[in-house]
Amino acid sequence: MSQQTSVLYDVPGPRQRRVTLISSVIAGLALLVGAYFLIYRPLDEKGQFSMELWGPLIDPSNENFTLVWERIGIGFKNTLIAAALAIVASLVVGTLLALLRIQLKSLTSRKFTGFATPLSYLLRGLSRLLSAITRVCVEVFRGLPVVITIFFVARGFPEFGVTFDNLWYLVIGLTIYNSVVIGEILRSGMEGLPGGQAEAASAIGLSPFQSTRMILLPQAFRIMLPALISQLVVVLKDTSLGFIISYEETLNIGKQIIGALENPIQVYVVIAVLFIAVNYSLSKLAQYVQRRLARGRKTANTPAQAPPPAALMSQAEGAGGV
Amino acid sequence: MNVLIDKFDVFAGGFWLTLQICLLAAIGALILGAIVAVLRISPVPPLRAVGTTYVNVFRNLPLTVVMFFAAFGLPALGSNADFLRIPVIDSLFTRLGTDLPYFRFALIALVLYTAAFVCEALRSGVNAVPAGQAEAARSLGLTFGQNLRYVVLPQSWQASVVPLGSVIIAMIKNSALAGFFGVVGDLSATADQLTGAEGYAFIPVAIGISVGYLIMTVPLGTLLDRIEKRQAVAR
Repeated sequence: MSQQTSVLYDVPGPRQRRVTLISSVIAGLALLVGAYFLIYRPLDEKGQFSMELWGPLIDPSNENFTLVWERIGIGFKNTLIAAALAIVASLVVGTLLALLRIQLKSLTSRKFTGFATPLSYLLRGLSRLLSAITRVCVEVFRGLPVVITIFFVARGFPEFGVTFDNLWYLVIGLTIYNSVVIGEILRSGMEGLPGGQAEAASAIGLSPFQSTRMILLPQAFRIMLPALISQLVVVLKDTSLGFIISYEETLNIGKQIIGALENPIQVYVVIAVLFIAVNYSLSKLAQYVQRRLARGRKTANTPAQAPPPAALMSQAEGAGGV
Repeated sequence: MNVLIDKFDVFAGGFWLTLQICLLAAIGALILGAIVAVLRISPVPPLRAVGTTYVNVFRNLPLTVVMFFAAFGLPALGSNADFLRIPVIDSLFTRLGTDLPYFRFALIALVLYTAAFVCEALRSGVNAVPAGQAEAARSLGLTFGQNLRYVVLPQSWQASVVPLGSVIIAMIKNSALAGFFGVVGDLSATADQLTGAEGYAFIPVAIGISVGYLIMTVPLGTLLDRIEKRQAVAR
């Protein structure tokens, strides 16, 4: 897409070549200045040789080299564990939430046929109430910052006598937020499916449960796969909030290393590069999957499936986590 | 529940401080994001590369890391972000003038981080404009700047309102992180202070803080839904 728009304005000519040259020079200079500030400026004041502070990170013969990378490795492993647990848990909870909301919607909108008993009115009233409650829950947890959710979990659970390891506070906090988001993506994916799918499934004699499990859910998951991978990036980024509840993830370990080595910025640069590398490849993967799905949809002789509403997609992507 | 009444001024103060951060960061992020978006769609390759790098770096970094850079890296580089103390704004937004520079550091981190998402939202709007429009403008002899100003941007605005809105909502939520980086007295710092150091009961404080955030995010989200529905009908 970016290619398309930028090519549109491309008019090669002497003026553009001049602008290109000048802006290249400016960009190069800016890079140099940035590198200077990041690498040498802090050292100037102390008057030390650069290897002194970068040594533990890039010099294998340095006494702290193994220690630093070992600790960063542990931190990154912890980050991955928390992210994996959170994404699996939010997938399960999100799917249940989406199914519940769809079921409640169909219950509340059902017209009575024949004789309506007081019991059926009661049932409809109950499902309306439950529907309203889930709606409010979704709105509240989607509207609260993830930091605050994690913080509340970590402060609130011990207040009621339930204590866990720090990892579980983080996972529960992340799950509460992400299951709501994933649930909404999945719900819109299922509601976007053509109505004929469910009708055809019931026509060949599948029960509602079977048709959901075998026909509807797989298709909805297929639609939401790119959004799901983007959400994985969001969860990976969000795990770095673990530092507020002192869970030993990458950033927290980095903080500790900095405390021990007394060099403020260099470790962060390494951690930043680590995060960028992993997240960038994940978002590329999401784009690749999206392209593949789009191609599959064009070649397969099926009606085009409606993508999830833009608001949900953009909420998942635009939010981008912390 | 007494804490909600006794400490109402604390909650209100925290709300006001969070609102200040959000307002200033939103303005800053919109300006910076617009600049980056223009870079990303410009015909000059190096500028495009700068824009793309910026977006890729800040979109893939956790805000936490950016905040650490701002809160601990900037002082190490010898800056306490005094350039943000513009006299008029300074007197409007009380915290800019305080001696603790963490408010300004948090502001810088939020603006840098959010600008990447603002850029993407604006660019998605530009991509929604049919290519023929820009081609027609070019064939009329409009320059890049004129093309953007008269043809592309006015049309892209409609398509980028909803994504921009969700970016702003996300930014309001992300601003909660500032409280854990030494911004004294915003909503999340208030939660920390009241439940931790002052030992108030958890649930009323949680309710107070949640209401504070929901007041900002939920109405904005509902408004966006409405705009989106109206746009869908209009098309």
